[in-house]
Amino acid sequence: MKQTTKSLLTLATVILFFTVLYFANKYLDPYKLIILTLCGINVVLGLSMNLINGFTGQFSLGHAGFMAVGAYTAALLTMPPEVKEMNWFAVPMWPPLHDLCWPFFLAVIMGGLVAAFFGFLIGIPVLRLRGDYLAIATLGFAEVIRVVIINVKPLTNGALGLKAIPVVTDVFWAWGAAVLTIFLMIRLINSSYGLALKSINSDEIAAEAMGVNLFYHKMLSFVLSSFLAGVGGALLGGLLGTVDPTMFTFLMTFNILLIVVLGGLGSITGSVIGAVFVTILMEWLRIVESPVDLGFVQIPGIPGMRMVIFSFLLVLVIIFYQQGLLGRRELTWEGIFNLLRQVQERFKKRNKDKSVPSSEVG
Amino acid sequence: MAPLFQANNLVMQFGGLTAVNKVSMSIEKGEIVGLIGPNGAGKTTVFNIITGVYRPTSGSLIFNGRNITGLRPDQVAKLGIARTFQNIRLFRDLTVQENVEIGYHLRIHSGPWRAVLRTPKYVAEEKMIKERASQLLAQVGLVEYRHEKAGALPYGAQRRLEIARALATNPRLLLLDEPAAGMNPNEGLELMAFLREIRKQFDLTILLIEHDMRVVMGICERIYVLDYGTLIAEGTPEQIQKNPKVIQAYLGVDDSVRD
Repeated sequence: MKQTTKSLLTLATVILFFTVLYFANKYLDPYKLIILTLCGINVVLGLSMNLINGFTGQFSLGHAGFMAVGAYTAALLTMPPEVKEMNWFAVPMWPPLHDLCWPFFLAVIMGGLVAAFFGFLIGIPVLRLRGDYLAIATLGFAEVIRVVIINVKPLTNGALGLKAIPVVTDVFWAWGAAVLTIFLMIRLINSSYGLALKSINSDEIAAEAMGVNLFYHKMLSFVLSSFLAGVGGALLGGLLGTVDPTMFTFLMTFNILLIVVLGGLGSITGSVIGAVFVTILMEWLRIVESPVDLGFVQIPGIPGMRMVIFSFLLVLVIIFYQQGLLGRRELTWEGIFNLLRQVQERFKKRNKDKSVPSSEVG
Repeated sequence: MAPLFQANNLVMQFGGLTAVNKVSMSIEKGEIVGLIGPNGAGKTTVFNIITGVYRPTSGSLIFNGRNITGLRPDQVAKLGIARTFQNIRLFRDLTVQENVEIGYHLRIHSGPWRAVLRTPKYVAEEKMIKERASQLLAQVGLVEYRHEKAGALPYGAQRRLEIARALATNPRLLLLDEPAAGMNPNEGLELMAFLREIRKQFDLTILLIEHDMRVVMGICERIYVLDYGTLIAEGTPEQIQKNPKVIQAYLGVDDSVRD
């Protein structure tokens, strides 16, 4: 298939998708809209984690920390002064921030940039580690960020969190960011730099011997991943209207990890599918946590039941699809058309099989 | 003219163990030099020191008139020393073409942003990389495997690909760690012809570790012999074959000779 045909198809899909979003935004009820928006945010977060964990092969579990940095930065920048006065009633706020009131777009970008800066600082010591050690160190740093947020009250309002953040994130913001992130990832992964990242994943020693600067490329991946995590956090804050330190525990990181592992480590389309799948299932499974009335017996709702089902699902995936749904493969236009062709041929065959005996009879 | 590569009194100690002891070598441009010795003699350690994987405890490395002691492996590769590994280290889940393209990555001047935005400068560089990689694969006879995963290739082709990948970094000195390992006599002969061919085509100097004596004696112009981390002999294949110290290191001491 020609490159231009594929580009046109992709463009058409994106336009169609945003048209659908436009109507969804108009006619869906608010609850479903929030889930749809969350899907978009989770696509950004999933891709961010896949970049460092899946493509570069560096097991990093610091996402919640970078999300927190992004969420707080964007919240502080977008809250109008009177909301800030309302929030900081226990301790006075750090004065220079008081009058800041940026447009949402700039605040989100800034959230990403500050998270990226933190990623850079943490990356300097941490990226010298490998495997499990790296995972534990990044997990630790994420927790450090959270503890700092709890304690720097003039800046973050401590454990009270921030409330009444202007709610700006809607489906267009979330999916706009998601589509941009997908575009960025495809371009990066298919470039020479993407190849270098994959080579590090495949064999660090050989990659270094081939002239790939390990530290530079790992840092590139880590900082970009932190940036996207910060953007995701900023969008999440702008959707929920509140942020507080308890949101950003390691559970948040594991939710994203679930998306990436289910979708396939090292697959862009896999992460997108995983994000949508996990987000929707996470909400839909709330049914199992609500009390059930069977007429003769009442089963009380068990909070946390969803996670039991998710654990079970993860076990199934690990047994039957070790590589996740897509593994390292991508969903491409060629793949889709090949599949359609196969289905078509199977139908033809079946029709032929049916017609042959009748002709014999005749 | 000064030699292309010089190692002066290399010493490598791991704790109390001295793996390489005062090894000095000198390689002229265009030579094919062998590095042989019994198992555990420290041959691969010497390679790891030259390519920057280990920093020598003492001693220095001069390449092309420049002191390269203590540089990182990627810096060494950039300066023009490429290597292959004893146990093949290909990027197994990448295609043959991609494996070779990675070798060219170090010559890319556009930053990652240009790559993402696909600026004309980057696009031109990428095009050049792809063309050169295809050309190189044609030269080494792997072009038919281009889109196969490197891990799926037959063993001999994997060895060849590893050399091709090293050639992609545009080296002046190529280090080969047991290129003939696991090859039958016929494949060994093919390899010798192949190495002579690429030396001519790519204007290379080659240092190789090898156990297959027919290959070593057949292709090397000069040989260094390492035993217990120390150089015990140096010379042409004929001199090495007759050197009593070498025979002793390989075969042990014959009692009848000793008496």
